[in-house]
This record gives sequence, C-alpha cells and structure tokens, in this order.
Amino acid sequence: MRKYLFMASMVASITFASAASATTLDDVKKKGFVQCGVSQGLKGFSSPDDKGGWTGIDVDLCRAIAAAIFGDAEKVKYTPLSAKERFTALQSGEIDVLSRNTTWALSRDTALGFDFRGVTYYDGQGFMVRKSSGVKSVRDLDGATVCVLMGTSTALTLADYFRSNNMKYEPITFEKDDEVVAAYESGRCDAYTTDSSGLYANRLTLKDQQEHLVLPEIISKEPLGAVVRHGDNQWGDIVSWALYAMLNAEELGVNSKNAEGMRESDNPEIRRLLGTEGKFGEGLGLPDDWAYNIIVKVGNYAEIFDRNVGKGSPLGIPRGLNALWTQGGIQYAPPIR
Amino acid sequence: MQKKAFWNDPRYRAWFFQVLAVLLAGGFFASIAANTVANLNQLNVASGFGFLQHTAGFGISQTLIEYSEASTYGRAFLVALLNTLLVAGIGIVCATVLGFLVGIARLSSNWLVAKLATVYIETFRNIPLLLQILFWYTAVLSNLPAPRDSMQFGGMLLNKRGLYAPAPVGEPGFEYVMLAFAVALLGIIILRRLSERKRMNTGAGLPVLFPGLGLVFGVPLLVFWLAGSPLHFEVPELRGFNFVGGLRAVPELLALVFALSIYTASFIAEIVRSGIQAVNWGQSEAALALGLRRPEVLRLVVVPQALRVIIPPLTSQFLNLTKNSSLAAALAYPELASVFAGTVLNQTGQAVEVLAITMAVYLSLSLLTSMAMNFYNSRIALVER
Repeated sequence: MRKYLFMASMVASITFASAASATTLDDVKKKGFVQCGVSQGLKGFSSPDDKGGWTGIDVDLCRAIAAAIFGDAEKVKYTPLSAKERFTALQSGEIDVLSRNTTWALSRDTALGFDFRGVTYYDGQGFMVRKSSGVKSVRDLDGATVCVLMGTSTALTLADYFRSNNMKYEPITFEKDDEVVAAYESGRCDAYTTDSSGLYANRLTLKDQQEHLVLPEIISKEPLGAVVRHGDNQWGDIVSWALYAMLNAEELGVNSKNAEGMRESDNPEIRRLLGTEGKFGEGLGLPDDWAYNIIVKVGNYAEIFDRNVGKGSPLGIPRGLNALWTQGGIQYAPPIR
Repeated sequence: MQKKAFWNDPRYRAWFFQVLAVLLAGGFFASIAANTVANLNQLNVASGFGFLQHTAGFGISQTLIEYSEASTYGRAFLVALLNTLLVAGIGIVCATVLGFLVGIARLSSNWLVAKLATVYIETFRNIPLLLQILFWYTAVLSNLPAPRDSMQFGGMLLNKRGLYAPAPVGEPGFEYVMLAFAVALLGIIILRRLSERKRMNTGAGLPVLFPGLGLVFGVPLLVFWLAGSPLHFEVPELRGFNFVGGLRAVPELLALVFALSIYTASFIAEIVRSGIQAVNWGQSEAALALGLRRPEVLRLVVVPQALRVIIPPLTSQFLNLTKNSSLAAALAYPELASVFAGTVLNQTGQAVEVLAITMAVYLSLSLLTSMAMNFYNSRIALVER
C-alpha cells in the first residue's frame, strides 16, 4: 500500500503543482542541497553503509554535483527508488537528478521527458546460473525460467534476445533487487539476468558464491548515466560537466591528493580545469573552482571507479570499456576550454 | 399577500445553491485537468492513451489469452486484467466455502470443533495479509523440491515451479458427453419443479437427491461409453528445465489464492456466525414444534433468514478480496497492479494515464460485484405481503 501512496503522491504533485517554477539550480541553491535519486541498494553503484551514509559510483556523481555547486560534497540528500518509481519521481520534481544505474535509451530520452547526461558506466546485460545446472552458454537456456527486475530495460532485452533466437522462457519479475536475487537463490528461477556489474555485485550476497556462474555472453549495450528533466539545460550542463571534470582530471593526471599542488601547473589544460585560468564556471552558473572542488572532495574518475567497483572494492571489476580512450576503453570527455 | 423577493424564495434558493455547488465542483476538476495537461506539456512528457497501441516488448509469465512480446500494451493490460479476475474469482469461491464451514463450525456443539474454528479465525484475521502472502510464498512454496524431484500424488506434481495436473483433452465425440451433461442438469431442474408442485398439492414431494445424482453422473457416463471414451489426458513431462504440457498453477498464484482465501474466510466466518445468531432461537423452536427435522430447520427456516444479514457484509469482503489481490505486486504474480501499474507505467512513463486506468478498473470491478450482490440481496430480501 505504501508504494501506491508514494506513486499517488507523485502523480498528485504533477496534477496540482503550479505550472511555472524556477530553474533547478536556483531551487537547489535555495534549499541548500541536491536531492538525488539512487537505488534501494546495489553494491558499487549506490548502497547505504553501516553508518547511514551512501556509497557507490552513482552516489559519487551526486556528491560531485554538490561539490561543484556548494564546494561541499556532503550537501546531498538521497531518495532510494525502485526501478518502477524512479521515472515518476524525476518527472514530478521529487528529485533533482536521477543517478541510479539507469540505461540511456531513446524512449526515455524523449517520451518520458528526460535528458541523459553522459555515461557514468558502460555496462552490458549478462546471465548468472547455478553451476550444477550444467549451463555453459545463454544458448542452453531454452525453456528456462528467468528472474528479472520489473520495468527495466533488462527485461525488454531479455524478451528480445529469446524472441530473436527462437527460444522459449518464462520471466519472473519482482519490483526489488533483493526479491529477484532471493527468488533466484530459492530455485524459483534457473537463471538471473541483469547488467553484468549487478551480477557481480549481487553474487557477493549469495550464500555459496562458488556455486554460481556468470555466463560469458553479454547480450546488450547498457550505457548507465545520470538523468535530468528535459528543458532545463543549465542544470543538465552542470550534471554532464561534473562527470566530464572527473574524466578530464584522470586524463590529465589530476587526483584528489595532488590537485592542490597542480593549481599552479604550467599545463594550460590543467590550469583551466582547476579554475586558475579562464572563467569557465560562469557559463554553468557556478564558481570558477567548481571542478577543483569536485576533484578534491570526490576524486577523479579512476579514484571513484576503483574504490566503488574496481580493484579497490569487493567487486573487483576490471576497467574494460570504462577505461579512458587513451587506454583502450571508450570513456572520453570533451575538453574544458 | 406580499410577494417575496426571489432570493428569499426557498424554491429558487435551493436551486441556486445546488447549481452553484455543481459549478464549483466542475470548475475545480476542470482546472485540475487543465493544470495537469499544462504541467505534462511543460515537462515534455508524452500524454494521451495512444501508448496502448504501442508494442509492449516484455514477457509475462502467466497468460490466459494469446500474448507475446510483440503484442501491444493494450493486450498486456487485458492479460493482466484476466489474471486479476482469475485470482479474485478463485479466491472468492474458496473464501466463501471455507468461511461458511468455519462459521458454522464455530457454532458447533462439539467443543473441540468450535474451539478450533475460534483459533483459526483469531489467528488469520489478526495477521497482516501481506505477511501471510509472503509466508506462503517464501516459507512454504519456495521450499518445495526442484522440478527434477517433484512430489507426486495421483497424477499431480508439485514442485518449486508450481502445481501440475494432467489436462483433459477432448477427442471428436466429446461434445456429445458435454451435451448429455447439459441435458442431465436440465432434467434435475424439471425434476425439482415437479417435486415442488406435487408437494404443494399433496404435502409429500418426489425424491430428488438420488434420481438427481443418477441423472448427472449416469447419463454423461453412458454417452461417454457409447461414444467410445473420446477423452485422453495430456500428462506434464519434464523437458529441459521445466515440465511442459498439462495444466499448471504457478506458485505465485497458489500463494496468493491460499493467503487471500484463508485471510478473507476468517472474516466471512464471523459474518456467517453473526448471521445465524441473528435469527431468533424462537424461529428454530417453532419450526421444530411443527415437526421439521434439524437439517430442514436449518435449510428452510434459519439459513434464508440468516442470508439477509450475511449478504451485505459479505459483499464488502468480496470487494476487499478483489482489491487485496493487488498485493500480488510483492510476488511475481502478473496481475493488474504489477504488470500494468508496474511494468507498463515504468516503460511508458505515463503515470497519470496508467494510474487512472488502473483505478477505474478496480472501481468498475467493485461496482459490478456490488451490483451482482445487491441483485441477489433483493431476491432474498423479506417479501412483505
């Protein structure tokens, strides 16, 4: 019932809200924090820790936005959302930005009234099965029961894949990540599918991790990124450039430890990034040291990747596609100039 | 006589305020609608009901009608609606039967039976329904064996993936058996009419029970044998991961039906008990004094009067059960709240339209149930002469 009240209240806020409103940046500055929509707990992306705070790569993007605006990465409030609730929450203005491992897709960019602002993490859909089932490839899954999260692009890709390969399957859909994992673990399903980062993250929560196998195939492109409402371009620019600042910082070798000293570097690109040269904050409606604040308070892209999902985390996911373009990956940020 | 000013005339005044109230209410809703449309346009959110014709693209685990990933959202809506109706229909029948049994048991003169019924009622009506649903789903049904080591009883199979039964498949000639069955039913109705007429005339009716049973079983069986047994059973077979063929109830449906019927039956039991106790004991005494036997007292005197008390609150329980079926969103049962107000809402992002349709459906279902029950209630109501 709580769910319905929540949805109903969000619908009501679309229904009753006055049509005219100030820009998101003004709203955020006035209330003094960024309201950020995150998942209800996905290790590495956004999950609550034992001290009541939030960690993860999606969370760090929210913190970067707050650091750019306020010079303080902690001025963020988090709204945990299910996959089903997330879009209504953004449409209704409950949250300022949705940073919740959400796949960039055309209909979401258009009909839903959103703008995707960069790709925080390049992902792809994979499958996990029990080793005892003897399944070695997705092609062996004909006739299988598959557990999947309700209302995700994953569920659609699953349908497409089985349909185009003339395979039968039975989808079992739940609203929450932990319900999906529990159903898979109880044996209700033969396979569990989600973005492959999610498979690795959720395998950590299973009782006998060695019993489960992530299949080698990746069956889709899942560019995960932050989402804002369509039409407020200034706010969208801030979200994009918070990510680009972290990527550029990694490319230029600037990190949270050396940023202070790098401010007086001879390299004009670094000087522009850190706000010692030029007035690049102005166009965004931010102070000129916006990117400096992000790097000092949150870190560069390599730092947030490693501590949340990479080699410094229990997930231990290799950089892969998410390496910089200079290092064999496809992460590429436009220059600051 | 002095003519009153028209604003002091109660006739005009009453009309004036009624019209004013209607205008204000109408204006209020119109402004909300206009405001919603303006907001949606400003947010660049698509609106309107055109999305129902778009391809859905997702799969549904239980479909009573033809459905594939290439079907439309409108089709997905129908599938979900039928799944809701299925669980509500089965739930209402089970809850009513169980509720009547427990309600009568609670009034039993047998101490043990009465106490057991009391314990049942007090346990199940005092535990939140969602917990009961989750209990049946996670604690009971998901601990069943895997498909490979299914439990077997009779031709039925029970495992984590559901309850499987052989499906009867009619061969050519089976339609005669169905026809014979229909004829037998018609025969029973005629027999009852004749018996009633004879009883009115002579005071003693015809025997109905045994000839009736003979008709309803004997005639179709005879035709079945004459037509050369035109029926075989399709037995579910383990193929790959799951059993294929036969009839199947998914565990989500089972959990939901168990929880909804057991929970609602505890309320119905109390309604039945109160209905029976509302019939004055003098009625039974009078009937006994007239020489009716115990079962006849119950059937002819107590139950018809008790039903008048039972039906209105029973209707509310049926409505509750239908609406409570939306708690299935907590399991993976693909009914209206989970498929339409869940997946479809999420994919189209058209929360206002989807929720409006969903609410309208639950409202219409409830109104239809009330209408049917009110009709029945008026049939059995006390006829004053």
